[in-house]
Amino acid sequence: MESSAQTEKPSDKGNRELIAFRVGKQEFCINVMMVREIRGWTAATALPRAPRYVKGVINLRGAVLPIVDLAVRLGLPGSEPTARNVIIVVQVAQKQVGLLVDAVSDILTASDGNIQPSPDVCSDLVKSFVKGLLPVDGRMISLITLDNVLPAAELEVA
Amino acid sequence: MEDPMAAIRETFFQECEEQLAELESGLIAMENGTAEAETVNAVFRAVHSMKGGAGIFSLDALVRFAHVFETALDKVRSGELVASPHVVGVFLRAADVLADVVRAARDGGQVDEARTSAMVVEFAQIEDGGGVAKAAEPGAPAPGETLADTPAQIGGWEILFTPRPELYAKANETAIILRELKRLGPISVELDASRLPELHELDPEGAYLTWRIWLEAACAEEEIRHVFEFVEDDCVLSLTPRGGEVLAPAGFAPGTVITGDNGFKFEFFPPVAEDEAEPSPEPEPEPEPEPEPVAARAVAQIVPPRPREEPVHEAPKSPAVEAMAAKAEAGAAVSATIRVDLDRVDRMIDLVGELVINEAMLSQRVLEAGINRASGVAMALEELEHLTREIQDSVMAIRAQPVRSVFQRMPRLVREVAAQTGKQVKLLMEGEGTEVDKTVIERIADPLTHMIRNAIDHGLEPTEARLAAGKSVEGTVKLTALHRSGRIVLEVADDGGGINRARVKQKAIENGVISPDAQLSDDEIDNLIFLPGFSTAAKVSDISGRGVGMDVVRQSVAALGGRISISSKPGVGSVFTLSLPLTLAVLDGMVVSAKGHTLIIPLGAIVETLKPRGQDVFPLDRDMNVLALRGGYVPMVDVALALGYSEAPIEPEQSVALLVEGEGGVRAVLLVDAIHGQRQVVIKSLEANYRAVPGIAAATVMGDGRVALILDVDAVVKTARSEARGAELTLDAN
Repeated sequence: MESSAQTEKPSDKGNRELIAFRVGKQEFCINVMMVREIRGWTAATALPRAPRYVKGVINLRGAVLPIVDLAVRLGLPGSEPTARNVIIVVQVAQKQVGLLVDAVSDILTASDGNIQPSPDVCSDLVKSFVKGLLPVDGRMISLITLDNVLPAAELEVA
Repeated sequence: MEDPMAAIRETFFQECEEQLAELESGLIAMENGTAEAETVNAVFRAVHSMKGGAGIFSLDALVRFAHVFETALDKVRSGELVASPHVVGVFLRAADVLADVVRAARDGGQVDEARTSAMVVEFAQIEDGGGVAKAAEPGAPAPGETLADTPAQIGGWEILFTPRPELYAKANETAIILRELKRLGPISVELDASRLPELHELDPEGAYLTWRIWLEAACAEEEIRHVFEFVEDDCVLSLTPRGGEVLAPAGFAPGTVITGDNGFKFEFFPPVAEDEAEPSPEPEPEPEPEPEPVAARAVAQIVPPRPREEPVHEAPKSPAVEAMAAKAEAGAAVSATIRVDLDRVDRMIDLVGELVINEAMLSQRVLEAGINRASGVAMALEELEHLTREIQDSVMAIRAQPVRSVFQRMPRLVREVAAQTGKQVKLLMEGEGTEVDKTVIERIADPLTHMIRNAIDHGLEPTEARLAAGKSVEGTVKLTALHRSGRIVLEVADDGGGINRARVKQKAIENGVISPDAQLSDDEIDNLIFLPGFSTAAKVSDISGRGVGMDVVRQSVAALGGRISISSKPGVGSVFTLSLPLTLAVLDGMVVSAKGHTLIIPLGAIVETLKPRGQDVFPLDRDMNVLALRGGYVPMVDVALALGYSEAPIEPEQSVALLVEGEGGVRAVLLVDAIHGQRQVVIKSLEANYRAVPGIAAATVMGDGRVALILDVDAVVKTARSEARGAELTLDAN
């Protein structure tokens, strides 16, 4: 699926609402339908031997919610989260995941026509997440997919 | 359209399981002589209800077998057949067969025809046996025997038939019923229209008529009932045998009104008073049926007789109807149960778990805010805490069930294993009412089955050996359940020969489990049987001697957070003790910290806590230290290191050590920074939103709202050991 990213067009037709957020100096967006809630940062409990981008788990009204530092996940420099950071709780398949981002910036409406394919030249990591680019008021917002945001389900054999 | 039927079918089979359990416990009561007057009726009803339900689903095999069984039971009920130990034994085996037939019907499997027909033959034999005595003296029925439904004694029947409005509403035609009755024999019919009101008071949809029918035929009661089959629930029907020497006990005028009961077929109890329906040598008439027993029974009831001249229904609301209403009310009081989807209960348990956490968080915040403990807020909070605990207990209690459902399977198991091994075994059970969470119940059945098998197969000596040892031929296996300090304890005790320690040790040496010169205490030898691949039986049997026995039991028990232990006395017997948490939703844990991370270590795994001294720590190799502990050496596992929280090993002298015992009795010492105390935590899944994490069993939410991880002791110890072994191997390679 990731390998064909350069030719892949977003499959949804027509207009859709996207939520845009800032990670470092970049802006990204995801489909607003995936978002369950947005909450402030709370200290996470670190998980042993987790990938570096998994910050740990927090208690979301009784459910144990993993927190993914989206900056690290996307290969950007990470930073220690502060109270100003935001967690976007999203539903990916059957699981809920919290995405640690710097701030939520915008709600956008975009049609397929507005979304441009991401250029061929980017790295595999970017290709596996970025599904298209969206120009808004002179800014560039990357539309990302969250299918691979969590580490693969198979157990690391210890 | 199939779904609703499938659901009903499902309910039927659920009920069947309940009936089977009832049947078995009733029969066992009869076997033990603890049967009450009601028992034989309960047993009969259980079989009868299954037959009735099976008829609806056209489960012919089940109907056929249940019918034969029911017929035999009915003979006991009517006193024709004495419930001798032999007869009850046959019934017990029949109950096992019936259970198989039910399950075959449910799962679409095949019924073992040979077994059912063998059972039918046995029934015929015991019935003959009972009948011979009777046939010899037909004129002299034994005292207390009621022969109401023995056709030979009956010259005819007097039938009182009073339709209710529902009968007409369902488009039944009384004339057709009367015509059908006529086929059984000459009848004379009298219409009692005395209750017919004046025209202006008449409810056009009401029912006011009663027919009195004299049937001149010595037919069986069932034949008459068959005629009324479709209207039984919608009428008041009374059948009185006439002409025979059947007389109700003194004070009990002939003429009984039997009322139908929604949901169950009519049952004709011979005209003995309600509570004496079971044969008893001296029937004590009881004209006034007690409401409670009636309500508890879902069959027919007999309303006290009334003078013949008086119409049964003098008022629109007949006594029978009133009695039914009373019965319904009393029934509600006695056993009001509902079936609830387990998911709903679990959801509720989850929510209450949240409530408890929230309450704890609130308390902590209030404390942090510096509010006086004696203030109104703190007091109210304390109230709240009590309430939430109570709610939690109550909700947990919904899931709690008596272990009876598991215990009830054991008598059958014992019978089967006893038959296979040719031993005589008596099973004693105690504490069947002990309650424990449903998930725990579901998962103790297998280990318990194994332990009982083991007790009979390996624990009890062969008959000759028992006799030689001066014991009774019949071995005893005792199964006990009790609550002990927040856990459920199950004990399986046998009065066999105890563990043959010499043989166990020899086997262990043969299997290479221990070295030949190992010095083991009796206790340690006993516990060898829990090791994998160990079978103590001199010869391997197909019952429990496959060598996968007790270690599997131990593992499945450990998976539930339980422990198993054994104590054995040569010549006296062995006791296996199984201790399990009462619920799998919460866990008693020790709160510890390792490199600033809060962790929970399951209390069940902890043997003791200690402060290691530097001189007791010895390096075994690069990554593994051992701690000298009372003459032995126990490997030490640095928890922070094992979980990757830290790179540098903790100084043993700076740490607190917890001696833990994992799967298979493997001991290790876990090193942590500090112990913060003991608390009960609600278990939360990590897999639900993330994935399994090696070394971590689950998560929980602490009072401050943060997630804490529950340590998987076995995994941590195992990982540490394999890493150490890896280091050893590299050393060897060098």
